[in-house]
Amino acid sequence: MTTLMEEKPASATPTHAVSVAVAPAVTGGSAGGLSLANEETVLEVDQFNLWYGAKQALFDVNLKFPRGKVTALIGPSGCGKSTLIRSINRLNDLIDSVRYSGDMRLNGASILGRNVDVIELRKRTGMVFQKTNPFPMSIYENVIYPLRIDGENRKSVLDEIVERSLRRAALWDEVKDRLHESALQMSGGQQQRLCIARAISAEPEVLLMDEPCSALDPIATAKIEELIYQLKGLYSVIIVTHNMQQAARVSDYTAFFYLGRLIEYDTTEKIFTNPGNKQTEDYVTGRFG
Amino acid sequence: MERHFDQELEDLKQELLRMAGLAEQGVAQALKALIQRDDALARQVTADDAVLDKLEMDVDDRVIKLLALRQPTAKDLRFITMAMKISGELERIGDQAVSIAKRALALSQEPSLKPLVDIPQMAEHAQGMIRDALDAFVYAKPDLARAVVTRDARVDALNDQLHRELTSFMIEDPRTITRALNLMTVARKLERVADHATNIAEEVVYLYEARDIRHQNQ
Repeated sequence: MTTLMEEKPASATPTHAVSVAVAPAVTGGSAGGLSLANEETVLEVDQFNLWYGAKQALFDVNLKFPRGKVTALIGPSGCGKSTLIRSINRLNDLIDSVRYSGDMRLNGASILGRNVDVIELRKRTGMVFQKTNPFPMSIYENVIYPLRIDGENRKSVLDEIVERSLRRAALWDEVKDRLHESALQMSGGQQQRLCIARAISAEPEVLLMDEPCSALDPIATAKIEELIYQLKGLYSVIIVTHNMQQAARVSDYTAFFYLGRLIEYDTTEKIFTNPGNKQTEDYVTGRFG
Repeated sequence: MERHFDQELEDLKQELLRMAGLAEQGVAQALKALIQRDDALARQVTADDAVLDKLEMDVDDRVIKLLALRQPTAKDLRFITMAMKISGELERIGDQAVSIAKRALALSQEPSLKPLVDIPQMAEHAQGMIRDALDAFVYAKPDLARAVVTRDARVDALNDQLHRELTSFMIEDPRTITRALNLMTVARKLERVADHATNIAEEVVYLYEARDIRHQNQ
């Protein structure tokens, strides 16, 4: 059976939407058991498909990310987890061969439409990458970079945001006396916490983390994990990790992807103690992947 | 570095202490019901045990979750696994209290066989062992736990002594058999309570010293 992708209404029309025949998809994975009744949705992924040229990377993904919680995307390499998170802030738009269909709604409003201001979207969706990427400027300027773009220049406002963001990123005590020194002199773990401080300084609606610890040593990793835990409630975090144990430690909800499909989405406790799907179980128990 | 995991471990510890309090109370009240021939109190012991059962299930649930989600190592791992075992022991102590309470109900239907001397003494020993095993757990005192283990022999001896005495009652007068058997059961349950306290003490030694001291006299 093949499915013909429908055109969405104007406001929700994906930039590169095409009508194309796709293979039968596991719609919604086996998320049937998960009740998000007590959760408010911050971001909804709706029938999302994505292609790199002729190769389809994501198939009919339906997923609601709860507000104020940490949701982990796990799965073996090539399962589509990074592709999905990079679609949320439209980083995939930078790749010419990428086309997608379906919709994503951030706090109810489509973020894939042609008329969406992508720069504005990226302010609403802070992102932290695997490789730390502090800008070659002072710690202070790094943190307020998103606000400078917005033209915020009042020192009192910026000072306050710097302190608040660095405190929330558990970095304030380590750097408060050298805010105007170069960020590039910091250790890798500190740089990553600085990137988190920068990502949250503009109060994003979701905080995206793509393998935020894979370049860090175990102590720095533990600090970032503890930080992610503390950010719960304040921010809605979506984290991609190939480290299953990390997903178990930091997240409230876990989505398991395999070969571009959402296989299972449930509370992290359920996924790691009694997953509903055999593929999920084989993956979390280390039998494959 | 502060870990939110530490709070989860603390919560688990508090839940165990709550179980310990209920288990101790169960034994104490069952004994009181027996000695004072208080049927209402005996029934209460049975009813209260449901709380302990529920807590055991809850502790198991927490432990499974912590093992799966936090991948504990070293002393955290020992704490979590021993918590699961200790909660099992405490739940069993509660069951022994229920058994004693049931025997108390049966015994109160008939005139007293003899003044109770050895049984209260056994109970006092067994309760003391629970208390000290739990103190050793809370205050990280493996030496106190070791001392608890050696005290089990005293309870066993009292149990043997009581058995001999009650056997002689039964030989002399078959009308005492039912009561004597009920008292024997009470004594055996108290002996079991002391065994559970001993197990907890051994688990506490393992928790703090990573040393397995079980089955050393065999």
